[in-house]
Amino acid sequence: MKRVYLDNAAATPVRREVLEAMLPYFTERFGNPSAVYDLGAEIKEVLEEQRTKVAHLIGAQTEELVFTSSGAEANNLAVKGAALANIKKGRHLVVSAIEHHSVLNAARFLEKFHDFEVTFLPVNRYGQVEPERLKRSLTPATVMVSIQHGSNEIGTIQPIAELAAICRAAGILFHTDAVATVGSVSVEVKELGVDLLTLSGPVLGAPKGTGALYFRRKLRLVPQIHGGIQENGRRGGTENVPGIVGLGKAAELAREELAHLVPHLTRLRHLLVAGITEGISNLIYTGHQVERLPGHASFCFEGIEGEALIFLLNRQGIYANTGSACASKALKVSPVLCAIGIRPDLAQGSIVFTLNRDNREEDVHYLLEHLPPAVEKLRSFSPLWRKKMAATAGG
Amino acid sequence: MYSQTVMDHFNNPKNAGVIEDADGIGEVGNPVCGDMMTFYIKVKGDRLVDVKFQTFGCVAAIAVSDIVSEMAKGKKLKEAKKISKQTVTEALGGLPPNKMHCSNLGAEALALAIQNYQEKSPDTHSARVAKIN
Repeated sequence: MKRVYLDNAAATPVRREVLEAMLPYFTERFGNPSAVYDLGAEIKEVLEEQRTKVAHLIGAQTEELVFTSSGAEANNLAVKGAALANIKKGRHLVVSAIEHHSVLNAARFLEKFHDFEVTFLPVNRYGQVEPERLKRSLTPATVMVSIQHGSNEIGTIQPIAELAAICRAAGILFHTDAVATVGSVSVEVKELGVDLLTLSGPVLGAPKGTGALYFRRKLRLVPQIHGGIQENGRRGGTENVPGIVGLGKAAELAREELAHLVPHLTRLRHLLVAGITEGISNLIYTGHQVERLPGHASFCFEGIEGEALIFLLNRQGIYANTGSACASKALKVSPVLCAIGIRPDLAQGSIVFTLNRDNREEDVHYLLEHLPPAVEKLRSFSPLWRKKMAATAGG
Repeated sequence: MYSQTVMDHFNNPKNAGVIEDADGIGEVGNPVCGDMMTFYIKVKGDRLVDVKFQTFGCVAAIAVSDIVSEMAKGKKLKEAKKISKQTVTEALGGLPPNKMHCSNLGAEALALAIQNYQEKSPDTHSARVAKIN
């Protein structure tokens, strides 16, 4: 059966070039980078080369990067590590309401165990934090602000440069979770003006278990994994050398390909969005229409539930995602969709498509062939849809 | 995650639809909690001769609705009322733990449709009038 994978924000396959670069580091080049003999010392050098490659992808210096096990760990290190290092200044944090759980729950941890006060900033209906609102939330005790760069759920890109400038002027640290944007749009830490930035490997074609945190030179971080002096004392534990080599290779490729990737993804997304809005009635295209990730298209279809739609598409070999409550383990509707003011029954009909470099126009055509009948099938026996139609006919 | 039986009922629901001249209608759930089921029944004597449903919800909710309709069809009202979340879950070959509430909704919607029929049916009405007198 044909397979059309449109959930690239969840994971991407490890790229062949990446895997090949990694392989020697499982076997013959197995040395511990902390060892002083040549088997270790040369691995230490390799690690630093990878650090340079990843730093270059985001316009940073080699020494401004710490490798982590995931984007989630990098977010934890940024939020908890920087907040705890600056506890003398104050105990107030500001995060947006639509952050990843690793930021939200790290903030809640500080609230619960370290007496921090956390402001969860609302977003507008496009999912953007309004600069004026951020300004008003800052207090003399604010040590840090964390706002994601791009949203995996609604595709919206935040005006990070503007938001970070507000914090810089106020002498407050600014972190951005850029897992969704690094490798998919140009991300330059100096242009954004951020102090900390999270990136993740699996969305770049690197293996799961890889990530990194950028921190502005000399910025203090309390380690979240206590151990030896690996990563200059910022993260204990022997480095995941094969994974880091994979991340380095993936970063190198991402940097080379970015100029071609953006127009490719943008073109496919336009095709997909145009086809869906023409082929299906009563829907919302969620997030910002222009300020968004180039390969991201998200919708809410009225009268149906997202998990059921995912399974109907799955039958046709199409893989997508949903923010529906029924698909979440906690059975709670997506906080992001709530934050942008989507009605609960509409939020249930959420679907998210994320494209990457491997997707082709024929994938979009295949989706456009199978999506409208799937939506129609579910609507054909939806009591909500029936009521809606009766109301429309009557009114 | 889902059993083959669940997937079969979800992919090809045989009883999805509306009975326009239904003898009883039962509705449960609300769009805010995520699931909504409407059951339609047709009764002859004391037997369910037709059962149809409309469902807004996930794979489990749709599969539950379909199997409850199937289990109820042809049964006497008294027997149909005995359909419970346990019998539904068993018939489906199990449900994931966080989807168990869906099986309850199906049985509940059917019971409400039967109740709706009994409340408005003349037999029950006259019986009730007799009792009051």
